[in-house]
Amino acid sequence: MKMEFEMDTYKSEIKPTWCPGCGDFAVLRALQTAIHALQLEPWNILIVSGIGCSSNLPHFLSTYGFHAIHGRALPVAEGAKLANPDLNVIVTGGDGDGYGIGVGHFIHAMRRNFDITYVVMNNQIYGLTTGQASPTSEKGMKTKSTPIEGVIENPIDPISLALASGATYVARTFSGDVKTMAELVKGGIEHKGFALIDCLSPCVTYNKVNTYDFFRERVYDLAKEGHDPTDMKAAFAKAMEWPAVQRERIPLGLFYRNKDLPTYEDLEISLRKGSPVRQSLGVEDPDELMAEFL
Amino acid sequence: MSKRSLALRVGGAAGDGVSSTAESFAKISARSGLHTWTYSSYQSVIRGGHVWTQVRGGLDPLLSHGDDPDVVLCLNQQTMDVHQADVPEGGAIIYDVDSVKPDPTKIRKNVRLIGIALRKKAQTLSPNALMRNTVALGAAVQLFDMDFRHVESAFKDIWGDKKPEVAQQNLQAAKLGASAVVEMGGSLHLGLAYTNEAKYLMTGNEALCLGALAAGVKFLAQYPMTPASSILHWFASHGPKYGVVVKQVEDELSAMNMAVGAGFAGVRSMTATSGGGFSLMVEAIGQAGMTETPLVAVLVQRSGPSTGLPTKTEQGDLNLALGAGQGDWPRAILAPRHPEECFSLTAQAFNLAEIYQTPVIVISDLYLGEGFRTVEKLDFNVPIVRGMMAADGGTAKDFRRYQITESGVSPRALPGTKGFQFIGATDEHMENGELISDVLAGLPEFVEERRKMHEKRMRKLDGLRKDTPRPEIWGPKNADLTVILWGSTWGAAHEAILQVEEREGVKANTLEFPTIFPFHVEETLQLLRGVKQSLAVEGNYTGQFARLLRAETGYKPDHFYGRYDGEPFASRDIADKIVEVVA
Ligand SMILES: Cc1ncc(C[n+]2csc(CCOP(=O)(O)OP(=O)(O)O)c2C)c(N)n1
Ligand code: SF4
Ligand SMILES: [Mg+2]
Repeated sequence: MKMEFEMDTYKSEIKPTWCPGCGDFAVLRALQTAIHALQLEPWNILIVSGIGCSSNLPHFLSTYGFHAIHGRALPVAEGAKLANPDLNVIVTGGDGDGYGIGVGHFIHAMRRNFDITYVVMNNQIYGLTTGQASPTSEKGMKTKSTPIEGVIENPIDPISLALASGATYVARTFSGDVKTMAELVKGGIEHKGFALIDCLSPCVTYNKVNTYDFFRERVYDLAKEGHDPTDMKAAFAKAMEWPAVQRERIPLGLFYRNKDLPTYEDLEISLRKGSPVRQSLGVEDPDELMAEFL
Repeated sequence: MSKRSLALRVGGAAGDGVSSTAESFAKISARSGLHTWTYSSYQSVIRGGHVWTQVRGGLDPLLSHGDDPDVVLCLNQQTMDVHQADVPEGGAIIYDVDSVKPDPTKIRKNVRLIGIALRKKAQTLSPNALMRNTVALGAAVQLFDMDFRHVESAFKDIWGDKKPEVAQQNLQAAKLGASAVVEMGGSLHLGLAYTNEAKYLMTGNEALCLGALAAGVKFLAQYPMTPASSILHWFASHGPKYGVVVKQVEDELSAMNMAVGAGFAGVRSMTATSGGGFSLMVEAIGQAGMTETPLVAVLVQRSGPSTGLPTKTEQGDLNLALGAGQGDWPRAILAPRHPEECFSLTAQAFNLAEIYQTPVIVISDLYLGEGFRTVEKLDFNVPIVRGMMAADGGTAKDFRRYQITESGVSPRALPGTKGFQFIGATDEHMENGELISDVLAGLPEFVEERRKMHEKRMRKLDGLRKDTPRPEIWGPKNADLTVILWGSTWGAAHEAILQVEEREGVKANTLEFPTIFPFHVEETLQLLRGVKQSLAVEGNYTGQFARLLRAETGYKPDHFYGRYDGEPFASRDIADKIVEVVA
């Protein structure tokens, strides 16, 4: 089949400024592969990000983009999606952006089950601000902000948080395997509902613990071990494996998917008239409206 | 002697039904053809405490809720204790004779004590005595000689077709109150000639909602906060019919960011809050300034600082609106003075936001936002101007979203428009949206580029200044004193000026500012030339507007009268101040 949009159509002229070897290159490639595979029209994609190395991603693609402030990508994306539900809205960003400063929005976006795909480049560190602890940094990890005894907090587990909060597509991938990552991102975009794709995306500059090798030695594929992604209980059990219980085996793949739930947009009464961005402005029956005040 | 206005004050504990009783009376007043104005003094409690509402009605247009009430309606003892001394000669106090005791030593001469067995009478109609307020309301209507038709129609509005029997019972209850008054000597004979031509009655917040709707708002995200919550409530029930997406979201950070997202996607978008919520919005509103995203932010002020007095009014958030967000970005701040302006300035705010692709703040306050006022019929035929769109004539190839132009306004493209893809960035960027914040920052060429881009954005202030309403003088030309004001202080100040003219023959006028920012420096200086002596009146401690005026023009008002006790300005106090200053 001849494809209308070439792979390159989705690439912008701007070259990524990430450090050589940064895991985010793989995520960019995976996202580009996914939207290419789906043949989405570039002008009907809106990619929203926050602030961080990872959040620079929208600049490297030729879609519409909004490079928001730190931690607020999700509400910006939700507003845009409600204004124009016909857009394919994708949110990209870092662990600090989404699971730290923006974690409140993260939970609420998921419980709403917006039809939004959220791709998080989780490097377990604050990259852009040169290496402080992040909410997913491992306990004991020494960083610029925890130089003496390391991190003393427990890390957030985005997978179990997503399951508990109502996300309907929950996956974890690794930058060492672009092909699988692209498939999972593609699945997330196709999914009607909130999709979280947590990408283990090593920061080669500031995280010397969670490296490519660290992950290669530990990851395994959920699908190959017979995990059933429609089983929420099993998904929770798998999510609990890492980082909560041990750090020797890290499950990757699709933890959970529920295709049967309505999206937020399905339930929103005002969208039944169609996309708000296409509605006529003003009031046709001012007298009727004014009569309420008489 | 016949009067030209009346006032009823209803008081009780929270949960007693003070506001519904007062609202019914306000409706009856407006339907009697009176210009009507209400003020509610309430507290941040759901039960208990002391709350009261004053409803004033007048044959002539009103400027405030007035001072002393002709009738006080006491739903508990505390109301009697607090308000009995305020009733002037010829007035009356309504209370439940079985549970409330007046103190004759405190009550003025010739004030009628209308003690009715409110509860007992209500119990004759329904055992739980729910309608005791209605009995009292009926008594008040009778004291003012108003037409009972309006009582009937007000109850019909409340209970409607769903519960006609309840409406009917309440009407009976009101009649019991009325006949009690007849038995106790009849009405007050105030002699008001009611026209019985109904007037429109609404709060400032409702007028603001109508203005937004007239302008075509399609998105509202909000987090509840007094006194802005009623905007959310109104839109939640009315928005869907007009295709307006209305969302209560997790916090004000989200509210502002969602509004930004919706504005970026191309709908007319707004959020509303009070000072505390606005404080949470500042980073995100600056984001809209930087990405050149249109939106309207409504800031309904209450008493600060911090949680402050949630149910009390103030004008203390002007500095917040002026300074919101890091760095400089172009904004407009409009300050409605009355409900008609809540409507018209909000409608205009949407045009300004889209023409100049930047946030516009509408700043109002609790007194204006929550008080009911009668208004003339609002004209929904407002112009709708959506600003420069790239796809109208421009080609995708030449498109630069942040193109440097003389006006500072660049062609806008909405996501979904084929070929015009760009990135809106909160980092400093080039004309095409590409960042100059990281690897290019500081390179000589980009130092220059940053300067140009920043100046481009800020040039929008020139256009905004041209398109926003000018300051104006109200009152006689050669006045001895000019009251400088903004926002809801308008009414009490006008009334004060009329009072001092009549009482003391003092000639005063006002200089008022529907636009706070961008400041109209030239026009203001021109108007100030005719000012002999000035008194700045605003609802805050530091004179936030007076300081802005001085910063922009070098003019320092001669006197300052600030109020920050939570109460709105009373015309009497402003009048006294004027006399004191002029003497
Ligand atoms: C309100 C605010 N606080 C702090 C910052 C500084 N800051 C920028 S990026 C960042 C952390 C980024 O970490 P992450 O989201 O994990 O992205 P990464 O760089 O690791 O990809 C911080 C703290 C900011 N831009 N805004
Ligand atoms: S600092 Fe880390 S996260 Fe940022 S670009 Fe370099 S490797 Fe990637
Ligand atoms: Mg990170």
